[in-house]
Amino acid sequence: MTTAADSLVRVRSLKFGFGPKVIYDGIDLDIVRGKITAILGPSGTGKTTLLRLIGGQWKPDAGSIEFDGIDVHRQSRSQLFELRKRMGLLFQSGALLTDLSVFENVAFPLREHTAFPESMIRDLVLMKLEAVGLRGAAKLYPSEISGGMARRVAMARAIALEPDMIMYDEPFTGQDPISMGVLIRLIQGLNKSLDLTSVIVTHDVEDVMRIADYVYVLSGGKVLDHGSPAEVQHSKSDLVRQFLNGEADGPVSFHYKAARGYADDLMAGRE
Amino acid sequence: MNFLSPLTEGLRGLGRAVLFLFTILAGIPAALLRPRLILQQIYSVGVLSLIIIVISGSFIGMVLALQGYRTLVNFGAASSLGVLVALSIVRELGPVVTALLFAGRAGSALAAEIGLMKATDQLSGMEMMAVDPIKRVIAPRFIAGLVAMPLLVSIFSLMAIGVAGGHAIGVELLGVDDGSYWSQINQAMHGTDIRDMLIKGTVFGLAISWIAVYQGYHAAPTSEGVSRATTSTVVVSSLAVLALDFVLTAFMFH
Repeated sequence: MTTAADSLVRVRSLKFGFGPKVIYDGIDLDIVRGKITAILGPSGTGKTTLLRLIGGQWKPDAGSIEFDGIDVHRQSRSQLFELRKRMGLLFQSGALLTDLSVFENVAFPLREHTAFPESMIRDLVLMKLEAVGLRGAAKLYPSEISGGMARRVAMARAIALEPDMIMYDEPFTGQDPISMGVLIRLIQGLNKSLDLTSVIVTHDVEDVMRIADYVYVLSGGKVLDHGSPAEVQHSKSDLVRQFLNGEADGPVSFHYKAARGYADDLMAGRE
Repeated sequence: MNFLSPLTEGLRGLGRAVLFLFTILAGIPAALLRPRLILQQIYSVGVLSLIIIVISGSFIGMVLALQGYRTLVNFGAASSLGVLVALSIVRELGPVVTALLFAGRAGSALAAEIGLMKATDQLSGMEMMAVDPIKRVIAPRFIAGLVAMPLLVSIFSLMAIGVAGGHAIGVELLGVDDGSYWSQINQAMHGTDIRDMLIKGTVFGLAISWIAVYQGYHAAPTSEGVSRATTSTVVVSSLAVLALDFVLTAFMFH
């Protein structure tokens, strides 16, 4: 049983949609302090949307999201920016600033938010880059590094201000097995060594199940199931089982719903 | 009432753009505290536009001198060639042609750069790092456009009237007296002409920078969206410059 004090993020009765399309239809969710929470679900479920809602980039239609007891969407712009210093979001693309070197990308939040002397910024940046194994790439530009390296640089940048929580948006997409192994080890290592709270949004079930402490499975605007990885793997929901086992057909149909039958569609072309 | 919908959509867009301008203006004090960012952008939109401005200014001055001489010589007024070139350039061609070139060279680059930053989540990334992209990215670029344009107009005019433009053709090639060329300019042109030229340059700079950063910031985060934002910047800026030129000239004429 999760108490309010255990939760760093509390999502309650969250409703959100794009026009008539409902993304979330009243979901409840808790991100527990110091743990790695995985948010799973098929593509198009709105997993990334959830991270943007937690980060206050988008506003929910109804419900609330609290970060450490503070309602994210009842803050002024400056208060929201203060809150964001305590959370990092790792975008799928890395979102590195392309006109800055790897070193300057990691130094960016330090230069923006602190008055540290240059020597201290240099030491801090090199420490963060060493933590992700990229001290040697400090002088390179984002165009000169691989996608996996870009995500590691983004990680170093995200931990530069030593936040309470890091949210990872599809960190494993498009990675080769070695990069994926490195990222998994880094997420786990950073979470432990920096006493972070981590949220991983992904559809790479197998890999995330190895490191997650708690799992939520979302689909159709609802939380289908949640619990420890072992509990979720034995879910009674057909949809959760289809998703976890990667079956092509099931409650989520292989075929996108068509307006008329296959035979009717073929015959229509002959008229 | 479907025929009204483009009008209401246009007004809505204008309203959004005006609100965006106020947001930029609110971000200007913070941007002014970091002059290095502004200087970088002045280099990017101003210094890098110099080649096209200098070359265009020279050629337009030369063409104006050739055409003007052909007409003036019929009336025995070839010595007034300097006045014709100078007034045409300072009052109209300088600000307008510079603005059209600036929209094509710097405005499109601004819109594409900001649009791509949006498409690659760089602006969202900044927001999540508690850095306001309006203050960090948009305001410095807006200020740079505002500062660079009157300077570029001055350089364009200088090139067109003297140096390699009208003076080179009129005096060096066609034999108009050097003293007449400059003294007639000196007599006919007033401080108000220079003032009006700088006002036009500043107003055009404001309009182009505003349109470019608005289009880039509100571009759809796709390759098509960035392409559309870039095209819109050039088209809308060019039309805005021509319309504003008419309005400003009408006021200045009085």
